[in-house]
Amino acid sequence: MASSGADLELQAVTKRFPGFTAIEELNLTIPAGSFFALLGPSGCGKTTTLRIVAGLEDPSTGRVLIGDQDVTRTPAHKRPVNTVFQSYALFPHMTILENVAFGLKRRGEKDAVARAHEALRMVELDHVSGRKPAQLSGGQQQRVALARAVVNRPALLLLDEPLGALDLKLRRQMQVELKDIQTDVGITFLHVTHDQEEAMTMADTIAVMNKGRIEQLGAPAELYELPRTAFVANFLGQSNLFTGPVVSSKGDTIVVDVAGRKVAVPTARAQRHAGDVTIGVRPEKLLLHTADPGQTAGVNVLGPGRVHDVSFSGVSTQYLVGIPGIGTVSVFAQNMVSGPAVADGAEVWVTWGVEHGFGLADEPGEEPRFDPDDDTQAIAVAQRKRIEAELEEA
Amino acid sequence: MAFGVFGGAPGAPVVEAEPGRRSPVALLLLLPGIAYLALFFVVPFVSLVITSLQAPDPFGDIGRYVAAFRWENYVEVMTRYWPHILRSFGYALAATALALAIGYPLAYFIGVKLRRFKLLQALVLVLVIAPFFISFLLRTFAWKQILSDNGPVVTVLQSLTILPDDARITGTPFAVIFGLAYNFIPFMTLPIYTSLERLDVRYLEAGSDLYSNPVSTFFRVTLPLSMPGVISGTLLTFIPASGDYINASSEFLGSAETAMIGNVIEANFLKIENYPVAASLSIILMTAILLLVAAYVRRSGTKDLV
Repeated sequence: MASSGADLELQAVTKRFPGFTAIEELNLTIPAGSFFALLGPSGCGKTTTLRIVAGLEDPSTGRVLIGDQDVTRTPAHKRPVNTVFQSYALFPHMTILENVAFGLKRRGEKDAVARAHEALRMVELDHVSGRKPAQLSGGQQQRVALARAVVNRPALLLLDEPLGALDLKLRRQMQVELKDIQTDVGITFLHVTHDQEEAMTMADTIAVMNKGRIEQLGAPAELYELPRTAFVANFLGQSNLFTGPVVSSKGDTIVVDVAGRKVAVPTARAQRHAGDVTIGVRPEKLLLHTADPGQTAGVNVLGPGRVHDVSFSGVSTQYLVGIPGIGTVSVFAQNMVSGPAVADGAEVWVTWGVEHGFGLADEPGEEPRFDPDDDTQAIAVAQRKRIEAELEEA
Repeated sequence: MAFGVFGGAPGAPVVEAEPGRRSPVALLLLLPGIAYLALFFVVPFVSLVITSLQAPDPFGDIGRYVAAFRWENYVEVMTRYWPHILRSFGYALAATALALAIGYPLAYFIGVKLRRFKLLQALVLVLVIAPFFISFLLRTFAWKQILSDNGPVVTVLQSLTILPDDARITGTPFAVIFGLAYNFIPFMTLPIYTSLERLDVRYLEAGSDLYSNPVSTFFRVTLPLSMPGVISGTLLTFIPASGDYINASSEFLGSAETAMIGNVIEANFLKIENYPVAASLSIILMTAILLLVAAYVRRSGTKDLV
């Protein structure tokens, strides 16, 4: 069994269930040794993808290759793959040690017990090796599930939202531990999650999945700074999106008419260069001004507008600014000075550097905007719900 | 379902009353149960023990006995009927094994494979219980007809020369074991079904993910997790089967050579009117079953039943 991980390749994998298609013509290559995250809302096909790789589900068409070996028809128990299940699925009738040694024993390894102890030491749980899973806390069970998978040194480790059931603090702690373990053992990790923050902090490559397809694939910073679709722009963090016709595309910027205002976006950062387009900018790239900043080269200005919500969250403050003809714009300002710098109801202008804008590939259709709400968290939740509702309708 | 109580998973945590505070209401509620047990278990049991120690009335007719402490009854019974006792447990064991071999796959099919088809699952469950709608005696008698010397099974097997011309099925140990297994299969199937119905198939997926082939996954994951049902099912089959006197009787599927301890007790009580022999045999049967069951449950390592 490979101990340094192996490439995983999905070739035109499609999975149809009676009544719907879970995955559509999926092509994906995950290089050996990487920490790869499949990110998407529930029902996007990410868990089905993982189950196909594990061999728990057969693809309708397409091929699965692990380290150049076609495993499409290989039964799960013969694949060099182990899974950390969302429910952990620790065998309730076995002790922790028996659980961890299970895979090694099935493969007839001689030092199964010694290696199981070693794996339990790695997750700092060797002292509970004689207990049953039900006697452990959720976080401990999660670590046992991880040890049970990692101890086999699989070519590929699959993580099916393994942190979903943990509370926030424990989840952050486990994220760090998981990342450390991946660096230590060098196994290829395929991590399925709907938590964008988790995907961004842990993975070196993220594939954002939506409706059975990969919308965009890249390093976390790349996806965040330059989303190519409205789905990615909104699912990975938040975005202010504007639509309008392209009025000029000379030089290295395109200029879009947003409700009478000229907004420039670098041509290299725009997917479409003519017709009606959707452009966007991240809320933390925006600056608030209480006086008209005037026109400056390389800076986009929108306003005047009125602040209709201020929510202070410690490290930053979120302002919701209503601009006539454009709608609500969200601004994150770091708390460089103490407390909110602009009061609710104040007249403001927003500006941002042209280099921060991005142009999306979507046809401008329905407004993919946020509902103005009282805080960031609620906006994120509402957005997630809306996307999920859309998905269920689809 | 009554079997659920017997075959269930580890029981719900028992709520303990505060020590030193006995509610009179609780005692009052227990009273009918205690009265029932006293009247229908303790009194007959004591009477049975007394009967088992009686001696024949030296001046009376056959069937008259007087109170005594004749423990020799037990020795006599054991020396005379030990083949019947052994045969009873042998047949019951074979019938339990046969019922398990048929009942387990059936329960697995209903509880796991039919899980997604609730209506079909309910229908097949009804089919498993359906034989109960017909009297036990009638069903066994029907089998006697089917397996009889001139019945369809024997005729066909003889014409295919699988059975010699003078061979028979009824009256053989095979017929008795078959009859016992047939009659107790629902008692075997239902508790195993209740265990398997709750089986989380994700454990099976975890097994195959951890290099365990389907056979190994069955013996290491599925079977251990359904053990409470298997233990209940085997007990619910073995206990009544070892005391059964219908299947083994020569009026049904058996013959004089297949007589089980139940047939001996029946003959002694009702025909020979040798009550002390019948009573001491009953007590021996009861003790033997209790010891066997205790050893079995202890070995199976379940606390559900003790």
